[in-house]
Amino acid sequence: MGERRLMMCNEVVAEAAIVAGCRFFAGYPISPATEVLEYMARRMRQVGGTCMLPESEISAINMLIGASATGARVMSATSGPGWDLMQEGVREMAFLQLPCVIVDVSRAPIGIGPSQGDYFQCTKGGGHGDYRLIVLAPATVQESADLTRKAFWLADRYRTPVVVLTDAALGHASEPVSFPERLEPALPPKSWAVTGAAGRRPNRVNTEDKAGLGGDSREIWGGFEAFIRELRRKYDEIEAHETEVDSFLAEDARIVVVAFGTSARVTRTAVREARKRGIAAGLIRPITLWPFPSAAIAEMAQRAEAVLTVEMNTGQMVEDVERAVGGRTPVRFLGRQGGVVPSPDEVLAAIEAAGLPVREGVHGAAQGL
Amino acid sequence: MALHKVFDRPAALTDALYAYCPGCTHGIAQRLFGEVVEEMGLIERAVAVIGSGCLSASRQVFNFDTVKALHGRAPSVATGIKRAHPELLVFTVQGDGDLAGIGAADVIHAATRGERISTCFMNNATFGMTGGQMGPTTLPGQKTTTTPDGRDPLLDGHPVRITEMLAMAQGAAYVARTALNLPTNVIRTKMAIRRAFETQLAGLGFSVLEILSACPTDWHLTPVEALRWMEHMIAAAPLGELKVPEGRAR
Repeated sequence: MGERRLMMCNEVVAEAAIVAGCRFFAGYPISPATEVLEYMARRMRQVGGTCMLPESEISAINMLIGASATGARVMSATSGPGWDLMQEGVREMAFLQLPCVIVDVSRAPIGIGPSQGDYFQCTKGGGHGDYRLIVLAPATVQESADLTRKAFWLADRYRTPVVVLTDAALGHASEPVSFPERLEPALPPKSWAVTGAAGRRPNRVNTEDKAGLGGDSREIWGGFEAFIRELRRKYDEIEAHETEVDSFLAEDARIVVVAFGTSARVTRTAVREARKRGIAAGLIRPITLWPFPSAAIAEMAQRAEAVLTVEMNTGQMVEDVERAVGGRTPVRFLGRQGGVVPSPDEVLAAIEAAGLPVREGVHGAAQGL
Repeated sequence: MALHKVFDRPAALTDALYAYCPGCTHGIAQRLFGEVVEEMGLIERAVAVIGSGCLSASRQVFNFDTVKALHGRAPSVATGIKRAHPELLVFTVQGDGDLAGIGAADVIHAATRGERISTCFMNNATFGMTGGQMGPTTLPGQKTTTTPDGRDPLLDGHPVRITEMLAMAQGAAYVARTALNLPTNVIRTKMAIRRAFETQLAGLGFSVLEILSACPTDWHLTPVEALRWMEHMIAAAPLGELKVPEGRAR
C-alpha cells in the first residue's frame, strides 16, 4: 500500500494513468480538465513518456490513434466542448479496436460548473455507426485513481476506448489518496500493433482488414456486417463480465435512489439523514454507466415502493433506470442543471416525497426544483 | 539462351491488384514508395499512414505496417506513431482534399512542430473518389461537378498553395513538388521520396512531397490528354525543391 497523499482529483487520474503504464498523453487545455494536461506535462518528462499539446482536441485524439496503434497505453482528458470534437476519433478507435482512456471532466454547457449532461454522449455514443464505450463513473478521489487504473486494463482487455467520467466538482476536489501496487491480471501481448514488420507479416490497422476484407474481396458488405456483429459480441461479453454497481443501505430500502458520481455523494448524505427520520431509503450507484447495471436496479426496485433518480441534468440516466424498472415501480426524478449541484436537503425532500402519489401532470415528485 | 528476370514487383508491395482507374498515376507513386522502402532496407521499419480517398486502396498494396487515418488526420496519427516509436520510418499518403482541405490544420502544425515524419501529398486537383468535385487545389477555370462553368475565384475562392505555406513552417526541413506526367518527372519523384525519407531518418525535421497526379476519369479526358493537361497544374505550381535541409545542396 502506497502512502496516502492529499491530491486534486484531476492530478490523481493523471498519476494513476502513469502508475498504470500510460506513456503517451495528448490533450488540449479546457476548464475544468486542464490540470490533467499540466500534470502530465510535468510528469511525462520524469518517466520518459510523451505529453503532446496539439492544435486541437481533434488532433489530440488522432495522436492517440497513432500511439495506441503502436501498442502504447494512451490517454487524453477533456471537458464537454473538447469531448464533442473528439467524438469522430473515439468512434474510429472503437471500430479500429484500439484501446485508449479518455477522462471527461464534465461541465455545464454554459459556464464551467459541474454537470452530468454528458451522460447520453458517453453512454449512447456521440459518433456515427454502431458502437459502445465503457464508461466508469467514480464518486471519490480514491475511486478515481482506482478506476483510472482499471480503465487501462479494460481498454487493453477488450481493445476499446474507456471513458472515466468525472465533473467539475469532483475533478477539482482534493482528498487523501494512495496508489496501491495492486496488479491487474496479465493480458496477451499486442500482436496486432504496428511496430515495424520485423519477423512477421505486416499489421494493418484499418476497419476493412479487421472485417476480413484483405486482398481483392468482393464480399464487402457481408464482411462489414459480420464485423459489426463481432463487435456486438464483444460488447455482450463486457456487459456480462464488467458491470459494476455500488449500493448503500439498499438491501431493505423502500425508496431506492439511483445516482452516480457527485450526485451520488450528495444522495448518500441524504439517505443517511432519511434513515434517521425513519424512512427506509437506500442508494444504488452505477459505477459502470455502460454497461448499465440494469439487473441490480430491477432487483432492488421490485422490493421498493418507489425509485428516485438524482442527476445533474434534465433527465438522462433516468431513461435507463425506467427501462431497468420496466414499469413495475414508479420512477421519480430530481435534476439540477446549469452547474448546480443538488443539496442533500433537496434530495432528502425528494426521498420523502417519492412514496407519495404524484400530482397530475407532474412527472416525478420533485421535478421543477 | 536462359531468360533472366530484370524487372519485378518490389518486395515492399504485395501482389494485390491496383485499384485505380485506367490512366490514373496514383499507382506509379505507390510503386515508387515500394521501391524506395525496399531499396533503403526499411520494410521492417516502415509504417504508412493512409489517408482518405482513392489512395486508401494502398493499404492492401503496401507490404509493411499500415494505419488508416480519418480524413485529414494522417499527420496527427503519424505524430502519435513516431513519438511512441522514434525508430520507425513513418510517412503519410494523403490526397489534396485530405491534406489541403479538411486536414490543413493537422499538416501545418505537424510541420511547425518539426515532426520527424514524411508527408506525401497526392494532388490531382479534384475529389477523385467522390466523383470529381471542386477540391482545395482545383485550378481557376477548371470544370468540376460543383464548378460546372469552371472554378471562378470570385465565387469559389482561389486554390490553396499549401506546399508553399508548408515551406514557410520553421519545422519543415524538406519541401518539394514533383509530377508524374513524364518519365523524367517520375524519376525525380522517386529521388524526392528518398530525400524526404533521408531527411526524416536524419532527424532534421518535417518533410513533405507534393506529387501532381492525373485523374482522367474525373477530368473527363483520355489518359494521354490528362498527362498533357497536367502542364496547367505545373504552370500554376512550379516543380522543384522549395526547401532543403540547411547545409545540403539542392
